[in-house]
Amino acid sequence: MGKVPFEEIVATHGPTVWRVCRAVLGAPDADDAWSETFLSALSAYPALPADANVEAWLVTIAHRKAIDVVRAAGRRAVPVPEPPERGHTPIDGVDVGSDLLTALAELPDKQKQAIAYHYLADLPYAEVAAILGGSADAARRAAADGIAALRRTYPKEER
Amino acid sequence: MSTKNLVTELTNTASPDADHLRALHARLTTAAERDGVLDVAYRTIDSPVGTLLIAGTNEGLVRIAYESENHDTVLQTLADRISPRVLKAADRMDLAARELDEYFAGRRRSFDLPLDWRLATGFRRTVLGTLTTDVGYGHTASYAAVAALAGNPKAFRAAATACATNPLPVVVPCHRVVRSDGSLGGYLGGVAAKQALLALEAA
Repeated sequence: MGKVPFEEIVATHGPTVWRVCRAVLGAPDADDAWSETFLSALSAYPALPADANVEAWLVTIAHRKAIDVVRAAGRRAVPVPEPPERGHTPIDGVDVGSDLLTALAELPDKQKQAIAYHYLADLPYAEVAAILGGSADAARRAAADGIAALRRTYPKEER
Repeated sequence: MSTKNLVTELTNTASPDADHLRALHARLTTAAERDGVLDVAYRTIDSPVGTLLIAGTNEGLVRIAYESENHDTVLQTLADRISPRVLKAADRMDLAARELDEYFAGRRRSFDLPLDWRLATGFRRTVLGTLTTDVGYGHTASYAAVAALAGNPKAFRAAATACATNPLPVVVPCHRVVRSDGSLGGYLGGVAAKQALLALEAA
């Protein structure tokens, strides 16, 4: 048996890839990055080695597409003195105003990415490092620093 | 809050709901179609003979499958034999769905949508082509007669195999092929489906 129909790839990995995109980008940009990721993956799918780790492959593409989306947005954007407020557009029923996502959005890119790829996409740190560049230890530290910062800034402490 | 709880919270907060995923999927199929990377599109339709899977390529309708054939298995076969770039894309299958609906409602006697014959080859392909052009709505023919029409009167067994492996049942009317003694013979969608189609066409 060869590769599964791509529809199955979308059904299995679509939600995770969107979470990853949403964690590293704002909500409307996450949709753009998700769409570009799956379009690009569909195009390359026939050439993907049969034993490839599909999730790692998709997250690697999503990482690049997220960078493209940010760059394109940068070219379009009119410079503003303050960083624009993140996550204020309620879209598609997702509570983008959530404190946690706001706190995440304020982390340095490397930390955001390390958290998204390791904790949301479940990739081992070696894979995360392959995507981000640098060592697995550096990826682990970035994720740990990010989580620690989230713990400090995210107020919902008692449970 | 523990790291585990934090991650759970993050996963839940950043989760797309079903409508959102549908919208993303629709956007993907549109873009894939635009870029020419959607090799096999499919959808299902409800019919009097059960849920049918219909699939098409750029060239036309390539596969119709009964539930008894197992739709997941059929999709995997399409991925293996044509291309793994398979997506559910209802829009692209609209024409086929409409013509089949009209047929099942008794308002259509022949199909004029483009067909992609790549899943039928050699003599089987000849048999199915002959069947489509020469055995019209409401008529039946024996396996031997179909073999003769296809140019090899002795090959009635091969004609029966062609029918049993017809990639485009209903549109390519193998349900109109019956035994020489007048009994129904088998059908890849089950004898009840064959009976229902013949009854529909006799009405």
